[in-house]
Amino acid sequence: MATLTLNGVRKKYERFDAIKGVDLAVTDREFVVFVGPSGCGKSTLLRMIAGLEEITGGDLLIDGVRANDIPPDRRGLAMVFQSYALYPHMTVAENMGFALRMAGVAKAEIATKVGEAARILQLEKLLDRRPGKLSGGQRQRVAIGRAIVRNPKAFLFDEPLSNLDAALRVQMRIELARLHQELNATMIYVTHDQVEAMTMADRIVVLNAGKLEQVGSPLELYHNPANIFVAGFIGAPKMNLVDAKVAAASAGETRLDLGDGGGVVLPGAEAGLAPGSPVVLGLRPETLSFAATGPFRGIVRVIEHLGGESLYYLERAGGDTMVVKTGEAVFARLGESVSLTVRTERASLFTADGKAIGLRRDNPARAVA
Amino acid sequence: MSQATTAAPGAAARGRAGRGRKVNTFPLLAPSVAALLVWMIVPLVLTLWYSLQRYNLLYPERRGFVGLQNYVYILSDSTLQTAILNTIVLTGAVLLLSVVFGTLLAVLLNQEFWGQNLARVLVIAPFFVMPPVAALIWKTMMMNPIQGVIAWVTQSLGLGAISWFQNWPMLSIIIIVAWQWIPFATLILLTAMQSLDHEQMEAARMDGAGAISRFRYVVIPHLSRPITIVIMMETIFLLSVFAEILVTTSGGPGHATTTLTYLIYIRALLSFNIGGASAAGVIAIVLANIVAVFLMRIVAGTLERR
Ligand SMILES: Nc1ncnc2c1ncn2[C@@H]1O[C@H](COP(=O)(O)OP(=O)(O)OP(=O)(O)O)[C@@H](O)[C@H]1O
Ligand SMILES: [Mg+2]
Repeated sequence: MATLTLNGVRKKYERFDAIKGVDLAVTDREFVVFVGPSGCGKSTLLRMIAGLEEITGGDLLIDGVRANDIPPDRRGLAMVFQSYALYPHMTVAENMGFALRMAGVAKAEIATKVGEAARILQLEKLLDRRPGKLSGGQRQRVAIGRAIVRNPKAFLFDEPLSNLDAALRVQMRIELARLHQELNATMIYVTHDQVEAMTMADRIVVLNAGKLEQVGSPLELYHNPANIFVAGFIGAPKMNLVDAKVAAASAGETRLDLGDGGGVVLPGAEAGLAPGSPVVLGLRPETLSFAATGPFRGIVRVIEHLGGESLYYLERAGGDTMVVKTGEAVFARLGESVSLTVRTERASLFTADGKAIGLRRDNPARAVA
Repeated sequence: MSQATTAAPGAAARGRAGRGRKVNTFPLLAPSVAALLVWMIVPLVLTLWYSLQRYNLLYPERRGFVGLQNYVYILSDSTLQTAILNTIVLTGAVLLLSVVFGTLLAVLLNQEFWGQNLARVLVIAPFFVMPPVAALIWKTMMMNPIQGVIAWVTQSLGLGAISWFQNWPMLSIIIIVAWQWIPFATLILLTAMQSLDHEQMEAARMDGAGAISRFRYVVIPHLSRPITIVIMMETIFLLSVFAEILVTTSGGPGHATTTLTYLIYIRALLSFNIGGASAAGVIAIVLANIVAVFLMRIVAGTLERR
């Protein structure tokens, strides 16, 4: 039960600005995921919230109270570290009860609380073992248990699943989602894996080079990326980005010139788009499909069959690559020259310097979200 | 010594297992076995042999087999008991000091502060000073009651000078030897500190552990293994401390600082009694092995607890 508010939070190392002013309000019981490329400052931001890293500018409010100068153990937050950071010489039970022991809680009460957390995490049989004799997934659960036992206002996770294998990661992802339901707690979760972000988050915070790029629900980010960075980061395989020029903009539709003779007509219009201005067209792989004729032409270079769907990587005349994701049985062969059509109502449009241009029209994202 | 005796059967067992691969391991093993024989077994056997002889260099003509007479003579000599006690006091005290100060210095030097690297080098430097030199420095520059630094400090505080080697002979030796071995403990424990996962410390901070609790519940358990290593290594060397005693007190006053090693030296080289010295040497080997067995137990215990 907690709200967290960041007002212009900054982190300056000696000669490096790691966080360049972040504004964010996390509401009670929300599951917020920080996502971004390596080195963008996700961990730094999380550690500043935890109190492990000094905040060099701006304010952090926990439940409306300024917490910049409150030491980490009194912020009422619990953190799960990437390396788990379990105490190797203590048993699972001692690990989970350590915080309570430090707080001077009576032994019987510690045992009850540890037992309760162990039940939630299915660790009852392991309580007497040391971390060295646990599997990666079990260690992860102990680390989470250590956080649960403290009954914190909010949970902070720093890439907690990155040391697990793919199957276990999926399982733990589901388990964390279940925990979020069960504990009814505010959670902030750091990851560089956009799939984790998409599947778990109520809201995703996309960070890049110490700045917020966009904050929103997973589908909002997927369908309406605020800029090319978010468009490229969210979704796999990546959104196709095609350079184009505005050929004509009239009421209700925008005509684009693709430079190789092809053209696309997008529904909707934006007043600022003068003919001739350069733009970037963003197309999700699943909005493209093969057709006898279409605006995009290319040669099939790589085919990946994933079972339920297939990915086709095409090389266009200019050398650009485009990815098509399709579930239909298409029999395009390697080296074959093919044409693509696009569901234009799903296309995104960006200015040359990367900002999204919102064409006024009905948006499918709104309907879904 | 105990290492030599355990290494040989180990090697033999490996040789037997290797037969399945049809590799003749003897030529590969032979050099090390030969070296072991030459370096360990031959001196040991010679020492045993001499310890059963009447053999005094002052009376070379009176030589012959005397059975256990040398042992009887030494074991009934009250100096031996004093020497054993002194050895235990010296070793124990230096171990205690080097573990306590080594741990504290390691934790301090692991903090970030200005001039950290220089401080590390300075703290570790005494380890590289040869024992006789170290003893001389302490004898003439530090503990000398007339021109020593310590006397100068105590006198300027109006406390008068202490004649260290006269009044506190064992304490003086302990201080000198500890000065040399604390750096070793610091070095080992500092590297151990650097391998302490700092996320573990941060987790403890978030769990509400203050500096002292973190030291008690995270640092000390983490250091327990390297501390046993320090104890084992230092014991091996401390049992044979010699130069520091020779240079400063020569085992005196009386036998106040005569350790087992020094007793052997007195017997062998001051009284030219090779037989007696060899017997004392054999007794020292037996005692060292008893200590080694206990140490191995402790080490094995701490290793298993992980
Ligand atoms: N103590 C420090 N001094 C100077 N710069 C630092 C320090 N700690 C981190 N940085 C820098 O701050 C930036 C953000 O680091 P941070 O650990 O938050 O990245 P991250 O987003 O968590 O990346 P990853 O996904 O790789 O964990 C990095 O460029 C890093 O080099
Ligand atoms: Mg990180």
